[in-house]
Amino acid sequence: MHNLTIAELVKGLQGKEFSSVELTQHFLARIAKLDANYNAVITVTADQALKAAAAADKRLAAGNAPALCGVPILHKDIFCTNGVRTSCGSKMLDNFIPPYNATVVENFEQAGAVVMGKTNMDEFAMGSSNETSFYGPVKNPWASDSVPGGSSGGSAAAVAARLAPGATATDTGGSIRQPAALCGITGLKPTYGRVSRWGMIAFASSLDQGGPMARTAEDCAILLNCMASYDDKDSTCIDREVPDYGATLGDSIKGLKIGVPREYFSAGLDPDTEKAVRAALAEYQAQGAELIEISLPNTGLSVPAYYVIAPAEASTNLTRFDGVRYGYRCEDPKDLNDLYTRTRAEGFGDEVKHRILIGTYCLSAGYYDAYYGKAQQVRQLIQQDFEKAFEQVDVIMGPTTPSPAFKFGSKGDDPVAMYLEDIYTVATNLAGLPGMSVPCGLVDNKPVGLQIIGNYFDEARMLNIAHQYQQATQWHSLTPEGVA
Amino acid sequence: MSIERQEIEKLATLSRIAIGEDTITEVSQRLSSVLELVDQLQAVNTDGVEAMSHPMKATQRLREDEVSEINQREAFQAIAPDTEEGLFLVPKVIE
Repeated sequence: MHNLTIAELVKGLQGKEFSSVELTQHFLARIAKLDANYNAVITVTADQALKAAAAADKRLAAGNAPALCGVPILHKDIFCTNGVRTSCGSKMLDNFIPPYNATVVENFEQAGAVVMGKTNMDEFAMGSSNETSFYGPVKNPWASDSVPGGSSGGSAAAVAARLAPGATATDTGGSIRQPAALCGITGLKPTYGRVSRWGMIAFASSLDQGGPMARTAEDCAILLNCMASYDDKDSTCIDREVPDYGATLGDSIKGLKIGVPREYFSAGLDPDTEKAVRAALAEYQAQGAELIEISLPNTGLSVPAYYVIAPAEASTNLTRFDGVRYGYRCEDPKDLNDLYTRTRAEGFGDEVKHRILIGTYCLSAGYYDAYYGKAQQVRQLIQQDFEKAFEQVDVIMGPTTPSPAFKFGSKGDDPVAMYLEDIYTVATNLAGLPGMSVPCGLVDNKPVGLQIIGNYFDEARMLNIAHQYQQATQWHSLTPEGVA
Repeated sequence: MSIERQEIEKLATLSRIAIGEDTITEVSQRLSSVLELVDQLQAVNTDGVEAMSHPMKATQRLREDEVSEINQREAFQAIAPDTEEGLFLVPKVIE
């Protein structure tokens, strides 16, 4: 059952071939047996899942159940779940049990989806390797000595290892697309404002966006149908009708204009990764699409701009963790200042602390204009690059990452080496555009991702484009060795 | 650009994060390395470019000033490190 896609599971559940309880038991058993190899799941909620599955079976028996009714999923541990520990990968929230559900969690609950637990992640979503998690790194199911990517590494590894057919994730600078690429699955970061951020623990509020991870584009469409919604509680959510993302998957892509940015095939790109991505582009040509070389001249500025904006916003967002109302508190504080400074020194990991310090620096008196203000201006230039490109083309394609999954510890002590992992993904966050990653090859038996960047609210079209590729290729259905 | 020890101490104070004496050099190196990266921005000509705050130029929505949430004080206090009679406790601030 674990090799079935969500679309197939929906058919099986609605056709009464198996029950949600059977399905949930099957996946829970896989998590219990196999996750020791991956460390993808922080918290398993077996009892609650089985109760939800039994309730879903009743709804299914009554007929007219929504598509996801009875389908087991995992949530990234950044989404608040009522009564279930939500750690955000941090010691700071190791004891935090939210008294409410995130809107995304609520949407899945309303649809009758079965939540089996919460997935591992880089601490506060800050990282591209899952090495910053308080709960230890996640291992890539394709190569146990390599990272799964981050920050949604747990969700990506769980889907790749068939511990769940789909999972939620979030993307601030590439945190859905990069781990999806490195783990050989499909992941979509929607347009900023498409998915509610309410109850999603904030990292960089002007960049954060939730999205789905699954094995196929069709499955991502089913998940996004549930995830995307207008939400009054998120003031940056855009009030716009949510289309049926599954309805247009079968549309022809003949005549599609694909922009291929010169800057995404530059010196830092691994030659074998480039080969795999070029082969995917050739497949699109074979299906009647037209490749058009374009330029996104400010691409090189996206990582510097991101590493001002994201830490600046993080330093502000993370002030709430002060040891007063919830979460970690240091032992025996001698005064209020000691309570704050020691709670934060002990509760946050190194990467989070460094980013708070950088952010504080960029926002401090005398530096604000030179850093944050400047970065927001550069962000406008980056957006203008995309605007110009989309006058000419329908979508943009290129690699998701410069190379396949790297080994644990291989980026060393230089944070900048790790930050450059996001070189092809951060620009879309800065511009607020939707982006996705689709498996398109293997290099040394490690997956490679093709990145598809769409115009604002073009998720349906991107899913259609990805689906058409997956109809003609098999990269998305490959299974890592040892995952039967 | 490198970042001085004094500056690190100031940032630690501003961000309420205690930084141990033994890690100041390392923190300073890491921060300098990131600042070197972001300093590339300084060379960009952004004259007349508007700073971007929302990709779709959305503006903050307003709503009527009405109660929209139910009172959940007990649920919120149940997860707090220390409370008493409905208040969050911290070490004594005023003698």
